[in-house]
Amino acid sequence: MMAGVIFVFSAAALLQFFISYCRSLIAASSKQVLSAEVKDVTGIQRIASGDDFKRVMQLLQLCPERREDRNSDQAIGAYFSLLNFLRSTVARFVPSMRAWTESERGQCAYFAAVALERRISFSRDMLAQQMDA
Amino acid sequence: MPGPFEYSVWFLCTLLEVSVVLCSIAKGSFRRYLSLNVYMLAASFVNIARFKILFTYGFRSPEYGYFYYYSDLLLTIGLYCALMGLYSYVFEEMGAEQYVRLGALLLLLGTAGFSFAIVQQSSSRIMGHLILDSRVMGHLVLEASQNLYFVGLVLTYVLWGAMLKLRETRTRLIQLVLALGLYFSVFAASYALRNLSTSLNGIWPYIIPISGCLLPLAWAYAFWRIPEDARIVPARLAVVPR
Repeated sequence: MMAGVIFVFSAAALLQFFISYCRSLIAASSKQVLSAEVKDVTGIQRIASGDDFKRVMQLLQLCPERREDRNSDQAIGAYFSLLNFLRSTVARFVPSMRAWTESERGQCAYFAAVALERRISFSRDMLAQQMDA
Repeated sequence: MPGPFEYSVWFLCTLLEVSVVLCSIAKGSFRRYLSLNVYMLAASFVNIARFKILFTYGFRSPEYGYFYYYSDLLLTIGLYCALMGLYSYVFEEMGAEQYVRLGALLLLLGTAGFSFAIVQQSSSRIMGHLILDSRVMGHLVLEASQNLYFVGLVLTYVLWGAMLKLRETRTRLIQLVLALGLYFSVFAASYALRNLSTSLNGIWPYIIPISGCLLPLAWAYAFWRIPEDARIVPARLAVVPR
């Protein structure tokens, strides 16, 4: 009985902490302005759409990975999957939830675009270092 | 006996724990977040000691079993101290840290006593006596771990609620607390699930080590990537809009 109560409460808290943690990762990158180059490549001008996420992630995978970003990229990937699940289930019946998931998916796409920007500049730095060597 | 996968996760976890301390030193935050860093150092030492005991006595030896669960219990208490450190940072401007610490200490003692009472009661029913043998002590450690993780989760949840209420804006502190909440909830759920169903014993050796990497990974990220002066609007992070 006790273990059951602990399990239910812990699972609910886990979900809540996970969403808040992912939103804190996204919020940290949302203030960053994308360069004209990344805007061109991703097609994101000011506000990103959730449909951009997959494409931006594919572009992201073409660039060399930064080890320190792996954790956050994976967390946002998992968060995006959770949002997709909510969008195809609960959000179908709750209109406010649908708007919320759409906005969150868009922010995930923006996060991925910022990560792409960082990876591009990282690749450039690596190339410059190799050229110097 | 652990295989290559378990050893890899084990090694990775130890490496991540050390990297939290290194990132913190590199960013000049070691003293500021002393309790978190001391916990990470202790966790990495425990991992190395577990490895040594495993090789000396073997995986199925009682020595390894005892050391594993007791060190886990002690580390959980260490994590309480780290959590109290986080409470101190949040409440430092209000000057209420001493009351918070006292409250947490009482709660910790209460949880340990409660776990002991539950195990003692159930074991006396099963065996008809109250001698503290190895089975009772093993059960106590499992029960206490589940309860301690749960109380840790509740305390982190309360802290997160207070941070939202107080409109805490320090991004790094927010990420440290949220990562701790994630860690406590994964472990509390895992231990509760283990107590509920023994059929999960097969996947148990995989869940715990992988989950154990979450906290050092998130903390290392917070120390390395988030500057101390970074700020965030906390209301944006709440699942339920405020």
